Amino acid sequence: MSDAEVDAVFHALADATRRDIVARVAVREQSVSALAERYAMSFAAVQKHVAVLERASLVRKERRGREQIVHADPATIRRARRLLDELESLWRNRVDRMADILEEGNQQ
Amino acid sequence: MTVISSEKDPEALTLTIVSEFSAPVERVWRLWEDPRQLERWWGPPGYPATFTRHDFSVPGRSVYYMDVPEGDRPYGWWSFLSIDPPRFLEIEDGFGDETGEPTGDIPPGTFEVTIEPAELAAGGPGTRMTITNRFVSLEQFDRLMEMGQEIGMTLALGQIDDLLAGG
Repeated sequence: MSDAEVDAVFHALADATRRDIVARVAVREQSVSALAERYAMSFAAVQKHVAVLERASLVRKERRGREQIVHADPATIRRARRLLDELESLWRNRVDRMADILEEGNQQ
Repeated sequence: MTVISSEKDPEALTLTIVSEFSAPVERVWRLWEDPRQLERWWGPPGYPATFTRHDFSVPGRSVYYMDVPEGDRPYGWWSFLSIDPPRFLEIEDGFGDETGEPTGDIPPGTFEVTIEPAELAAGGPGTRMTITNRFVSLEQFDRLMEMGQEIGMTLALGQIDDLLAGG
């Protein structure tokens, strides 16, 4: 992932509605109009959220008849998740090393 | 369990890690104050940190480098914004050259460390340490990983994880 791609993913997921959209379409593909019914916002606003997610490659959109169908792009979600897991584990390891140093002192 | 909670705020770009140690506050403070102890935990295994300067005062500066197996030797710096021994530290950190001069246009991050006596979740007296790491930008990501640091951010991905795992 390039810096720009990482930025796009984090920006896309920084919004609660967009996280909810990703979570919903990860379970089952949905049309933009079906998504719009779930939120207290206009169809156009939901469309904008979907466009942000699309630019971050978190979802893909396809036209089916008169409907626009939104799918999750699981590969990108997995990458973002791996990235976050790695960050948190680095922090936890750092604290574990502190605990080890303190433990040595107790044994002396 | 040393880390008792970890909270991430994607809007504010912060990561807050709360941990508990069965050691007195003054002892935990020395992990930050003593550069020889600091360099034992700052870098991950395989990426040892060496602090060539550690002026533990306000205004004071630290300079460190990491030995990266790939042969690179990136330098970082700390600037102490606040020190209230043995309870509170506020540090700005960023990338720099071997003299500690900031380099590049990557904005520095800051972290606050609060160290306080506590009744441990595991029972008995000890110390609670809360680290809040704030970042201005995500541009640092690749360099930070290289330097063995962490970026302060998390997303509410737990829900998505569950959904993906379930289906």
